[in-house]
Amino acid sequence: MNAVVSSFPDPQTLDVIDQLVGIAPGSALDRLRAQREQARTQAQQSYLALFAPAEPVAGHFEIADRFAIAAFVAGLHGQPEVARLYAEALAEQGVARAIEAEVARGAAQGPYGHYPEGPLSVEDEAGPVYAVDAVQRAVLGERLSAGLAHAHLLVFHPRDASPAALQALLDAGWRTTEIVTLSQLVAFLAFQIRVVIGLRALATPSA
Amino acid sequence: MSTESTLTHPGNMHPRSFTQAQLEWLPWLEPLPEDELTERHYAGLVDASRAKSPYFRLLARDPDILGARTRTDKDIFYNPDAGLPRAERELSAAAASRFNGCIYCASVHARFASHFSQRTDVVQRLLDEGVQADLGARWNAIVQASVALSATPSTFGSAHVDALRAQGLDDLAIADVVHGAAFFNWANRLMLSLGEPQAPAAA
Repeated sequence: MNAVVSSFPDPQTLDVIDQLVGIAPGSALDRLRAQREQARTQAQQSYLALFAPAEPVAGHFEIADRFAIAAFVAGLHGQPEVARLYAEALAEQGVARAIEAEVARGAAQGPYGHYPEGPLSVEDEAGPVYAVDAVQRAVLGERLSAGLAHAHLLVFHPRDASPAALQALLDAGWRTTEIVTLSQLVAFLAFQIRVVIGLRALATPSA
Repeated sequence: MSTESTLTHPGNMHPRSFTQAQLEWLPWLEPLPEDELTERHYAGLVDASRAKSPYFRLLARDPDILGARTRTDKDIFYNPDAGLPRAERELSAAAASRFNGCIYCASVHARFASHFSQRTDVVQRLLDEGVQADLGARWNAIVQASVALSATPSTFGSAHVDALRAQGLDDLAIADVVHGAAFFNWANRLMLSLGEPQAPAAA
């Protein structure tokens, strides 16, 4: 473990999506979200299950590493405000700075990637294959660096996923259950960030 | 331990194109054995019948996030109160899946979109021609909004909201498009990265 948390999320914490969109109680978006009450509640429960998991916690995936990966994923989505929310939980400024440097190195446009050879091959799109730089690797460690590489694959080119990509995680010390949590974390962020973007656009008065 | 290696399926018939046919899914990591599922795992599975699925038994390794994910999914797609008709929620899911390249997810939700809209041929055009296919003004607006939201970084903005409003969608229906597409950016990444689809055996 290389990342350390400064504070753990309080399970009674404000709804993260409301907070990121800026939804005030009683506003139009508040009433709109209330019409999909379970989606709202369970999106928040998803956040808590990943960042403040209940005991006994499945696997050994450090909370600080979860926040570091989340800050990376949000940064890759071009959402600095969301990235800040996750990076703020990191106590080590060195880790936060290393993540920021890796966000800049990992920037790309997705989705790209390959299809199984056949009629869809005409839709194959090449793109970068990412790995953490040696300088940041020294700060983040092998295990977290392998997690970031997998997160980059899932964010930008998930159709390039393979058993070999999972083997690379196992080789770096991730166990099967922890890979499931890592995959959920990255994929959940891909959802949460898009809900935030969509609701923000809905709140913007049209021209 | 047997759980610490990947699973491969060298003989698998991987589907080569997008389809509305019923596919299977083969895991690349060991799912929990059915006889080792505890009460907490069943709570995460939500529906006990999901214990038959290797996908859900793999995700059940972290039952709390699976349970919250499943309940989020159900409200987005099944809540019948107002908003976007079910067929078009499924369309947003199919469009995101087509764009991200998830053949398995696209097959399920294209099938649902066809079932609820009775427009199987139109849905098939989305699969065959891709997200640029002309599906008529209203469906085009839903597909384009879902695709813009699915791009990384996202290119979704007020122009997409305006285009959806112009097709008669109210704010709740637009929020349903957003949630349907956003949710499949979650689902696609799990389905694509933890296993592979399997084509039905030739008849």
